[in-house]
Amino acid sequence: MSAPLVAIKGLRVSFDGQAALRGIDLDVAPGESVGLVGESGCGKSVTWLAALGLLPGRASISGSVKLDGQELLPARPQVLDRVRGGRIAMIFQDPASSLNPVHRIGKQITEALRLHRGMDGPQARAEAKRLLDQVGIPDAARRLDAWPHELSGGQNQRVMIAIALAGRPELLVADEPTTALDVTIQAQILALLQDLRKETGMALVLISHDLGVVADSCERVCVMYAGRIVEQVPTARLFEAPAHPYTRGLLGALPPLHGPRRPLSAIPGSVPEPWAMPPGCAFAPRCAMHVSACDAAVPEPVGLARNHRAACIRATLPAPHPENAYA
Amino acid sequence: MMRFLASRLLRAAITIIMVVTFAFVVLRLSGDPAQIIMGADAPPEAVDAFRTAWGLDQPVWLQYFHYFGAIFQGDLGRSMRDGRDAIVLVTERIPATLALTIPALIIKLGLGIPAGITAALHRNSFIDRAVMLLAVAGFTVPSFVLGLLLVLVFAVQLGWLPSGGQESWRHAILPIITMGVGGAAVLARFTRSAMLEVLGQPYIRTASAKGVPWHAVVWGHALPNAAIPTVTIVGFMVGSLIAGAVVVESVFSWPGVGRLLVVAVANRDLAVVQCILLLVAATMVTANLVVDLLYGLLDPRLRNQPKRAAA
Repeated sequence: MSAPLVAIKGLRVSFDGQAALRGIDLDVAPGESVGLVGESGCGKSVTWLAALGLLPGRASISGSVKLDGQELLPARPQVLDRVRGGRIAMIFQDPASSLNPVHRIGKQITEALRLHRGMDGPQARAEAKRLLDQVGIPDAARRLDAWPHELSGGQNQRVMIAIALAGRPELLVADEPTTALDVTIQAQILALLQDLRKETGMALVLISHDLGVVADSCERVCVMYAGRIVEQVPTARLFEAPAHPYTRGLLGALPPLHGPRRPLSAIPGSVPEPWAMPPGCAFAPRCAMHVSACDAAVPEPVGLARNHRAACIRATLPAPHPENAYA
Repeated sequence: MMRFLASRLLRAAITIIMVVTFAFVVLRLSGDPAQIIMGADAPPEAVDAFRTAWGLDQPVWLQYFHYFGAIFQGDLGRSMRDGRDAIVLVTERIPATLALTIPALIIKLGLGIPAGITAALHRNSFIDRAVMLLAVAGFTVPSFVLGLLLVLVFAVQLGWLPSGGQESWRHAILPIITMGVGGAAVLARFTRSAMLEVLGQPYIRTASAKGVPWHAVVWGHALPNAAIPTVTIVGFMVGSLIAGAVVVESVFSWPGVGRLLVVAVANRDLAVVQCILLLVAATMVTANLVVDLLYGLLDPRLRNQPKRAAA
């Protein structure tokens, strides 16, 4: 991998003493697309909200987040304001409530243009119109004067993407960008993100609970469980050689599009609560491959192949067939 | 827009008529003005003559009918005590009341809103706790208790300010503070919760995520949204400019509309009481109407509702 654009090391976050992130190590290279998957509450969004200083004050954060070698944890507010929306942009799950209801669409886009590209007046407006065109909003000139409530959810998400593009970011973090949208709109938004990445060369971090969505859009996938990354794997290898039992469990729960029909498997049990974490591997109580050594210590990630690492002491063992893993 | 305005005006008129009718009936059922004004020792013939002179011997529905007929000719009746026009009696008291309520309103807004915003921005900090402690104290203490307390300290003990009357601007200070403090406390709490609600919204995070500096997030993104619920309570305060000083005017012997109301009710001076209630209802209804129009100005979602409903 080339020198990382963003390098996250040992990132830990806790809320009121309850750990939400328990040591995240993650690099994002310029222009690459990384997927972050896991169940709700596993820390996917918190990772990036913490990296950009967007968590509420009661969160306590430690570790390191470097952007091109510059430390962001902590950074002065002026530095963070330049980074946010300028070098790293972020879009969120619920587009309808993510736009300010009392400001027109155009104003919300030109605000970012003024902050990051020094544009004002007719110049900013013309650029805002171009951005709306770029994200595929029809009749862009007129839409600049629309209010968020006058647009559909999908259109609002396109507006959010236009705002994100306004600062010409090197990295776009899309936090569950399609979860609140209809399935057909989901596909359009994901395709739009892919096209924009090709056009602009920016890196993309796609946060999703949906392994299918991530696999379609990303070169690399990070699987998160209970505040840690348990497996990092190139997407091509994800389906061929999943190493962590949790990843295998997620894959077993996906209905296959091709081949014979098989019963979907479910992972038994549920994610441990933050105040009742097992002493060793957090997944151990639910794991079909569990042995007593799993409870001794938190497993360190081990390299299995190029760009493929898994935090499991049994990851090198051959995978049981997904059908049998949780039979 | 015109349809919206017309329907609100109609509702306003109905509200005023209901208030006036209610007052008319209750006043006539709850005591005999003739007996009260003439005194307990008055000879029965004199009391009867008084009743006939003021039309009190007629059935209530007929009196009501006459009353309404007169209103539409601009006649709000005369005081039974000194025979002067009720409307003149009331309007000449309005400046005195406004001299208290307008400065008090300025204190409420100038103290309450900034305090609420500051508390919300420093949630759970010492500042927040201090502001909220003062606010709870401010609106749980009834205004007559606070008024008497201020008199005790600043008039009786320290001798700095007069305890009552209307001779100079110094007489107005204690009543204005008494009213201002309670209202500022209510407004501070309200503004704080409106602000906290808004600060937790996703669009505030969006603004931060696009690099807007925090002070600009507060001014440009949070405040315009928090203003929407706050306008309701400010509208209510504006609506009570005329009638909101009943207790304080009584405590400080301030000759405004509020004190006139207390005296007129005690005397069953029907025309005066009704005239004041009509005025109060009209100001309150007007303030509400203005608030409704302001909602549309502040919140585009409400502005477009009638259009969308029609589509």
